[in-house]
Amino acid sequence: MSALPATPTDALDGILQRHGHYPTELLQILIEAQDLEGWLPAPTLTHIAQALHIPRSRVEGVAGFYSFLYTQPVGRYRVLFSDNITDRMLGNAELMDALCRKLWIEPGKLSEDGLVSIATTSCTGLCDQGPGMLVNGRAIGQLTHRRINEIAEMIRQQRPLDLWPAEYFQISDNIRRKDSLLNLDMKPGAALSAVVEMGREGWLREVQTSNLRGRGGAGFATAVKWASARNASGEPKVIVCNADEGEPGTFKDRVLLNSYADLVFEGMTLAAWAVGASEGFLYLRGEYRYLLPQLEAVLARRREAGLLGRHILHEPCFDFDIRIHLGAGAYVCGEETALIESLEGKRGTPRIRPPFPVTKGYLGRPTVVNNVETLAKTCLIALGGGEAFAASGTAQSAGTKLLSISGDCAEPGIYEYPFGVPIARILEDCGASDTQAVQVGGAAGVCLAGYEFQRRIAYEDVPTAGAFMIFDGTRDLFDVARAFVHFFAHESCGFCTPCRVGTSLLQGFMDKLADGHGAKADLADIDWLDRLLKNASHCGLGSAAPNPVIDTLQKFRPAYERRLVSLDFEPAFDLDAALAEARQLTARDDPGAHLQTHEEEEK
Amino acid sequence: MTKQFLLDGQPVPFEDGQTILEAARKAGHYIPSLCWHQDFPPHGSCKLCIVKAAGRHVSACATPAKEGWEVESNTPEMNGERRGLLQMLFVEGNHFCPSCEKSGNCELQALGYEYEMLTPRFRHFFPERPVDASHPDMLLDFNRCIFCELCVRASRDVDGKSVFALTGRGIHKHLAVNAESGRLADTDFSKDDLAARICPVGVILPKGRGFAVPIGERTFDTETIRSKTLKEEES
Repeated sequence: MSALPATPTDALDGILQRHGHYPTELLQILIEAQDLEGWLPAPTLTHIAQALHIPRSRVEGVAGFYSFLYTQPVGRYRVLFSDNITDRMLGNAELMDALCRKLWIEPGKLSEDGLVSIATTSCTGLCDQGPGMLVNGRAIGQLTHRRINEIAEMIRQQRPLDLWPAEYFQISDNIRRKDSLLNLDMKPGAALSAVVEMGREGWLREVQTSNLRGRGGAGFATAVKWASARNASGEPKVIVCNADEGEPGTFKDRVLLNSYADLVFEGMTLAAWAVGASEGFLYLRGEYRYLLPQLEAVLARRREAGLLGRHILHEPCFDFDIRIHLGAGAYVCGEETALIESLEGKRGTPRIRPPFPVTKGYLGRPTVVNNVETLAKTCLIALGGGEAFAASGTAQSAGTKLLSISGDCAEPGIYEYPFGVPIARILEDCGASDTQAVQVGGAAGVCLAGYEFQRRIAYEDVPTAGAFMIFDGTRDLFDVARAFVHFFAHESCGFCTPCRVGTSLLQGFMDKLADGHGAKADLADIDWLDRLLKNASHCGLGSAAPNPVIDTLQKFRPAYERRLVSLDFEPAFDLDAALAEARQLTARDDPGAHLQTHEEEEK
Repeated sequence: MTKQFLLDGQPVPFEDGQTILEAARKAGHYIPSLCWHQDFPPHGSCKLCIVKAAGRHVSACATPAKEGWEVESNTPEMNGERRGLLQMLFVEGNHFCPSCEKSGNCELQALGYEYEMLTPRFRHFFPERPVDASHPDMLLDFNRCIFCELCVRASRDVDGKSVFALTGRGIHKHLAVNAESGRLADTDFSKDDLAARICPVGVILPKGRGFAVPIGERTFDTETIRSKTLKEEES
């Protein structure tokens, strides 16, 4: 925690100054302004609005959108437990409960002395070393009851985070299988020299020959994207690296940025050469903010080496530089138009498409948005040529894929395979046994049952951005689907009616089933909502939101059916639950404070 | 020869750049909407204008028409989805039509009738949304907000004031006003602003006058929203 400066306004003005008073920097300004007092008091928002000459309502709109920005006071120690299904499987609920009891607070509430607040957050990308948490934005993995006890003690003693044991903050790469990308030991600038030699046209042809497709999951041809941006009018053109890795269960970008940052930045520069772009952004998800200092150091080193900035490699018309833009807890910003809105300092609401970013993106300029892994892979093509790249993998899926493997297996971590690898082979390699199901591609992906384990990782079979979560025979697939439904309801941006209301309604139905009040009619309503979300949503978040339910209903229907009360209709309203607040106020939990429901009578 | 597409089997002529919704209404075919307004660019949030074009669901307000497309709109399937979307809008807010000053002039209510919404179907969310009665001339009743952002856009793009903005996210998204106090009285909002008369539901209402026209004689009491919209299109 930074010490309060003499006057907060001076510090705030310093932040505004550093960002040139540009309204496009609003999100960055808010993130830094929040560091001053731990949250964003109303006068701070007013001050920022006045300084940037924008309406206060816009500042409030942005501050209210991102999960990691707070317009209400939070604790000086802000603890967020990662709440992916893999964290749940490792017991994060008991750990959070234990910490809350030790510190005498309730989840989501601020302690009376303002010392600490504890809540959950969406997957923090530590699934291979969970359960994970963020304390004031810094990641801690491998939580145990022992660690929780120590953390409680250090918070009570108000020990500064810098004095916490260093091993708490050590995040391992856990690379378990390397192939062409992870084995690449490239001297920074080597790929760049190669493509400058080829010329812009020649380089673009190599990328085309390579058949490289986007590693974010959608699989759009990279060369087509680059060529469209190059041919579009408008200057200066922009390259964006999408490091908003928010898909639950994915953590490959964390590892690439931690240990292969040069490949990523070099890939962005390779893209700039092909497109003729001069401005670059790395959109780094807020959960990975702890990587920021080392990434800035890599950028500084590359500038010094003449690999960024003006006249890169002494080429007269090759100017390109990269800035890092932080996110602040919004999964939807992984959608490329929402990401661009966020880059412009706005709420992360997906745009109407067309126009697509390649013609009208950041500030209306041609913009290429590529995944971290896609950009790193372009170094392989620059060094080894497009044909060699196209020779590995399958016909429609060239090259390799990084998989983030977590869940029920002996060795979770990062595995790089050539495309076309069967699920069964992966399960064997990572030491999974008695596997009931695999969720490939994260919450938005597909849930595969045992009879599908011969299917292959490839765009033409099982496409994925890289998440691979394993569930063994002891797991209840209904719980898995319900966790993902909660995730989507939390992350919906709220722009369109079907997603805003539909994800909340779906959550309500899943909770009703979980509480033992489900009826056959609910399954029909779930089915109807699934279809509406899929059809009518504005962007991919809404249309993917029902996937986990659709898959598990089809493949693991008994997990739903055994939760049904055998009635056509059962009201969601629970008389006994409605008395919970009264029981809490009167500190009672005896039988007399409960209403008998018919279920209990049956027992 | 002018270009055309088929809407529910009927040919609809269009000019390049025209959206499905614009072309359809011009040709006398009704496609419903709440967030669309002829004086503003398409917004595409309410999704009531959803149609099936060449087999894919799209927002008619935001999708440019294409030669030879077959578009389904007035079908049991699409109207069923619209009814569902209306039910969603009703349950996420607090809508009590019988006591609402906007009853009979409200587009949400009119569409409820148009698409034969007989029940709310889903559980009500009953959100807590306090009213803002601070302004001398205008009342804000956030309970009825459907997030069409027409007031946001009108105030920002026409009135030049940005009195309104959305904040929060997902189901917790809500309207905020341009003042540190959060009170409309502390903004430069005026009853003469376009934003003061653009709300399709009953959020932004003038004070000092109530039920001047009796219920039963109001706009949509005497005419359906379908025929009123198409008539306006003709004039």
